[in-house]
Amino acid sequence: MTALADVVAFACLLTGAALCLTAGLGLVRFPDVLSRMHAGTKPQVLGVLLVMVGAAIRLDGWANAWMLLLVAAFQLLTAPVSAHLISRVAYRRRHVRRDLLLIDEFGPAGHQDPRYRGDEPGDAPPEEDGVLPQPS
Amino acid sequence: MTVEPAATRLRHQVPLAVWLVVVWMLLWGTWSWANLLSGSVVALTVLTLLPLPHVVGGARVRPLPLLVFLGHFVVDLFASGAEVAWQALRPGGVGRTAIVQVQLRADSDLLLTMVAEATSLVPGSLVLDLDREHRVMTLHLLPVRDLEGVARKKANVLVVEERLVRAFGSPADLAVLDGHQGKAVSTP
Repeated sequence: MTALADVVAFACLLTGAALCLTAGLGLVRFPDVLSRMHAGTKPQVLGVLLVMVGAAIRLDGWANAWMLLLVAAFQLLTAPVSAHLISRVAYRRRHVRRDLLLIDEFGPAGHQDPRYRGDEPGDAPPEEDGVLPQPS
Repeated sequence: MTVEPAATRLRHQVPLAVWLVVVWMLLWGTWSWANLLSGSVVALTVLTLLPLPHVVGGARVRPLPLLVFLGHFVVDLFASGAEVAWQALRPGGVGRTAIVQVQLRADSDLLLTMVAEATSLVPGSLVLDLDREHRVMTLHLLPVRDLEGVARKKANVLVVEERLVRAFGSPADLAVLDGHQGKAVSTP
């Protein structure tokens, strides 16, 4: 029985760690901020959950398991929120590889900053010919 | 914030207080009266010092649809984890992406929050923007091959929304859902 539990825990820990690794790889390999946020949410959350399951099986006592459950719950709650905030800022600052987009229903009329082209560093000065929308 | 009768305010704060006490107990990891007592004190202090506006349209929970949602959610979580992991690993790099808008039907802050959270974790989508007034959610889709795939993913978001509304929605939300059955409207 314990041997089986050990094997399951082992499998969960290894798979979780591998998924976290692919999340890291995705951060390096994906072409723009929005794609990177996909890597930062999905494989990473699943990886953390699997590591938690593996640890809960392997660690003795409920005290640890409850703590791990909390970690998992907050991971599920917070990862999408932070990813959303970062992507939203990236989109508004036009850090989007438009050549990779199949369609864009948000459109150029979306909330974009007209003064930034999108591939400059975050602290670059605005372009000269940019026109700010007049506040209504 | 408008001044509410103390009784109403108390009723709205009870679920939050219970949640805080539960978190406190989980953090300590053991059940004891001392933990319950100290947890209650901490929860009350937090609620008094940092009051939150109460959630409009409080949640009711239907157990069976909740299980349906959770089951699909876990499957989706694994599928999306595997899918994005493969995109990160495969030699060709990531494929095309897309930004789409989906017209949601639920009209409650709590439900929309849950839909947005769940959508970010299911395969291929990430919430970019949520227009609360028009209930339009803007999503970034990661691996898309063609327009058909995009349409499929958009339909999938509505399915997730439907499962959530069936699990947590009020009767009014459910009626709205049955009224617009299966309409995936995209704004121009």
